[in-house]
Amino acid sequence: MAKFFAITIVIIAILSAIPILRHTWVAPEDISTHGYLIDEQMSETMAEAGLAFLAAQFILALFIWQFSNRSPDAKIKKFPGGAKGLVIAAFLVVGVEVLALGVFGVKAWANVYLNAPSADAMPIQVQAGQFAFYFRYPGPDKMFGGIHPEMINEGTQNIFGLDPEHDVAARDDVVTASMAIPVNKEVHLLMHAKDVGHSFFVRELRVQQDFVPGLDVSLHFTATKVGKYEIVCTQLCGLGHYNMKAYLEVMSQPDFDNWLKQQSGQ
Amino acid sequence: MHDTTAHAAHHAPPTSFIRKHVFSLDHKVIGKQYFALALLAAFVGMFLSWLMRIHLAWNNAPIPGLQFLSPTGAPGGVMTPEYYLQLMTMHGTIMVFFVLTTAPFAAFGNFFLPIQVGAEDMPFPRFNMMSFWVTFVAFVVLMSSFFVGDGPTLGGWTQYAPLNAVGSVGGPGQGTGVVLWAVSIGLFCVGQLLGSLNFITTTLDLRVKGMSLMRLPLSAWAWFITSCMGLTAFAVLMPACILVILDHVAGTSFFVASNLVMNDQVLPHSGGSTLLWQHLFWFFGHPEVYIAIVPGIGIVSHILVTSMRRPMLSARVLIYSMGALAVLSYMVYGHHMFVSGMNPFSSLAFSFPTLVITIPATIVVLVWTFSLYGSKLRINSASLFALGFVSMFVSGGVSGFFLAQPSIDIMLHATYFVVGHFHLVMAVAAMFGIFAGTYFWFPKMTGRMMNETLGKLHFWMSFVGAYCVFMPFHYLGIAGNVRRYASFVDDYLQPLLPVHRFITVAALITGAAQVIFIVNLIHSRFWGKPAPDNPWEATSLEWSTTSPPPFDNFGGKHPIVYHDPYQYGVQSSVGDYVMQASPEQVVTEHDEK
Repeated sequence: MAKFFAITIVIIAILSAIPILRHTWVAPEDISTHGYLIDEQMSETMAEAGLAFLAAQFILALFIWQFSNRSPDAKIKKFPGGAKGLVIAAFLVVGVEVLALGVFGVKAWANVYLNAPSADAMPIQVQAGQFAFYFRYPGPDKMFGGIHPEMINEGTQNIFGLDPEHDVAARDDVVTASMAIPVNKEVHLLMHAKDVGHSFFVRELRVQQDFVPGLDVSLHFTATKVGKYEIVCTQLCGLGHYNMKAYLEVMSQPDFDNWLKQQSGQ
Repeated sequence: MHDTTAHAAHHAPPTSFIRKHVFSLDHKVIGKQYFALALLAAFVGMFLSWLMRIHLAWNNAPIPGLQFLSPTGAPGGVMTPEYYLQLMTMHGTIMVFFVLTTAPFAAFGNFFLPIQVGAEDMPFPRFNMMSFWVTFVAFVVLMSSFFVGDGPTLGGWTQYAPLNAVGSVGGPGQGTGVVLWAVSIGLFCVGQLLGSLNFITTTLDLRVKGMSLMRLPLSAWAWFITSCMGLTAFAVLMPACILVILDHVAGTSFFVASNLVMNDQVLPHSGGSTLLWQHLFWFFGHPEVYIAIVPGIGIVSHILVTSMRRPMLSARVLIYSMGALAVLSYMVYGHHMFVSGMNPFSSLAFSFPTLVITIPATIVVLVWTFSLYGSKLRINSASLFALGFVSMFVSGGVSGFFLAQPSIDIMLHATYFVVGHFHLVMAVAAMFGIFAGTYFWFPKMTGRMMNETLGKLHFWMSFVGAYCVFMPFHYLGIAGNVRRYASFVDDYLQPLLPVHRFITVAALITGAAQVIFIVNLIHSRFWGKPAPDNPWEATSLEWSTTSPPPFDNFGGKHPIVYHDPYQYGVQSSVGDYVMQASPEQVVTEHDEK
């Protein structure tokens, strides 16, 4: 029974590692300028965690195999080095490992969150509400019109609560249900929630950020590859949460300019 | 250390059925009541997870009979998205609070902590009785939300603001459902606070002569540390629940910001903070994870050392590590909030303690594993589950490396990776601790042995099954599969459906295997072999008394403790061990400092 148990542990450990080693299920190709840092951090952590996982399971299995159901007159032995050795080893090996992961990870985090967007980053506003994302481009005047919550009306499609009658800046704002951005151009996303908590997750862009009702949150990134990607909500927001999504289209600059022109003409 | 005779709670054995079995003051009866409640809750929670899993794997397939459970939630037996979320919320709430907190801590702790320290009962038996019955009422209140209004809340067990405070405009169950949830959890907190007070006082004041703190068994240490955590964690969650209730019934706006719009109407709230809830919840929520797992660490240590027939390499190191886990658990809670919109510098501040917490966790695993070296390990249902716990704790623990780092969390947050992580390390491992404890202590609790063949069958199906269910969650998460989705409509999620189907089949089989446990439990309770006083040749005080123990635990005597708790691998008149209460002088092994 004990030997069978030991073998089972080893088999489970190996089977668990195979999909990781064969890259059966992986994150999609990175299309951002910062994503490679996250991917590198992920690979390093996977290597270290994977080794720790396999080593711990194998040693557990080995000792179960070796030391179960021994004869009554077998001698009790003590692991050389004892607990003191293990504690020192844990502090040294794990301590150094986690410190290294922590320190190197700061760089990837800083690229998304600690560094400010560049001054010429393209501002886009995104509003999340049950259960859709809407996007707003400032138009030729490069200014967003003010938001008036009491004027939000889905029936009249005043999604953002704009007041073009009195607010000049709002008149040329372009509101869309899908997001388009030019390739290789930094985007400064200004995020706010209309009602409850939501989140903005694009796997390929390596960004995820919650919308916080009552707060304006910002995010910046640069997409490096033309294509169509899914934006999904990852913060439980109600019954339609699973269905809350929008598309992100990364376009060449001329295509984007055309797209924006078309949208504003509507 | 105190003399028990002065402090023990004296109360006469009850004679009426009600005082003996229902409103009992006896910590052993209360422990069994907690156990029964946890068992009931576990099966309800598991049943809900079955329904969820079937729905996720075969989205439009009707589940026969589900329409009778909720005609509106599952018309024709096909689950609606909102009903899925309601079941999910109830699954999480029931499992975290009423199973993982209740069974290893309140159930086993109540029954065995006083016996392990040599006391006759807890110091405040009426508080103890109250703690169980308040918890029971909390469970009834939570379950009642299935039958009131538009059903239970759908906001998840974390009940994020402001969805938890906007009322029924937020969706089904967000009105009455949330209030019932908050009342239930608020009551649960009261029960835990009363229980924690009793546990702490029992450990500090009711130890018998000779029972120094360092002579406490590791399980007693774990319950003591857990009760210290419980006292501070539940004391934060309870007021948070009250604030949610006030937002619903008193027109306050603790968690709802100004100018939020639903159904084209500006909500009549202003000035609240969304993130306040998250801070309050996770200040409780992260210690709660350790409240669920530290008793398991203690129970498993207690069982492993008995099965290994040798002392741990260092019990002291295990105690310090559990203490370190408890202290650090308050400093890491922000890792649940890396992408929540909190200050990104805070994320780094919370990341480092989270990474550091892997050190005491690693030490615990190393001490367990390397104590096995050179031991004479006995394999039985209890030790199998204890060793299974170690394996699961490692598997679930290593994924913590990923989630502790804010940069990686950008990709893994709110995905099935998180679901895999916490289920393995907190749910499955804690369940294995509960099972190990049950197989180990059942003889003492009932006076009868459990069936070993059924126990081993239960173990094999649970061990392999749990890995089949929860390991693939990690792969789904790496591929970006978002959690808490009622169905997978996104283009990129379609190829992942076969993995979900595999998980569902595995979950159904693993869940069905738990019936073996119930059959074993019931059969053994009535028809099991009578248990001797010390079937496992163990050393701690619970094995010095009869199985089951008499009303006052030691039959009017006060044991005196002569030894450290785990004197195995020695030569004594009874075998390779010497009991704590035995005055026999043998060459014993002292703990490494």
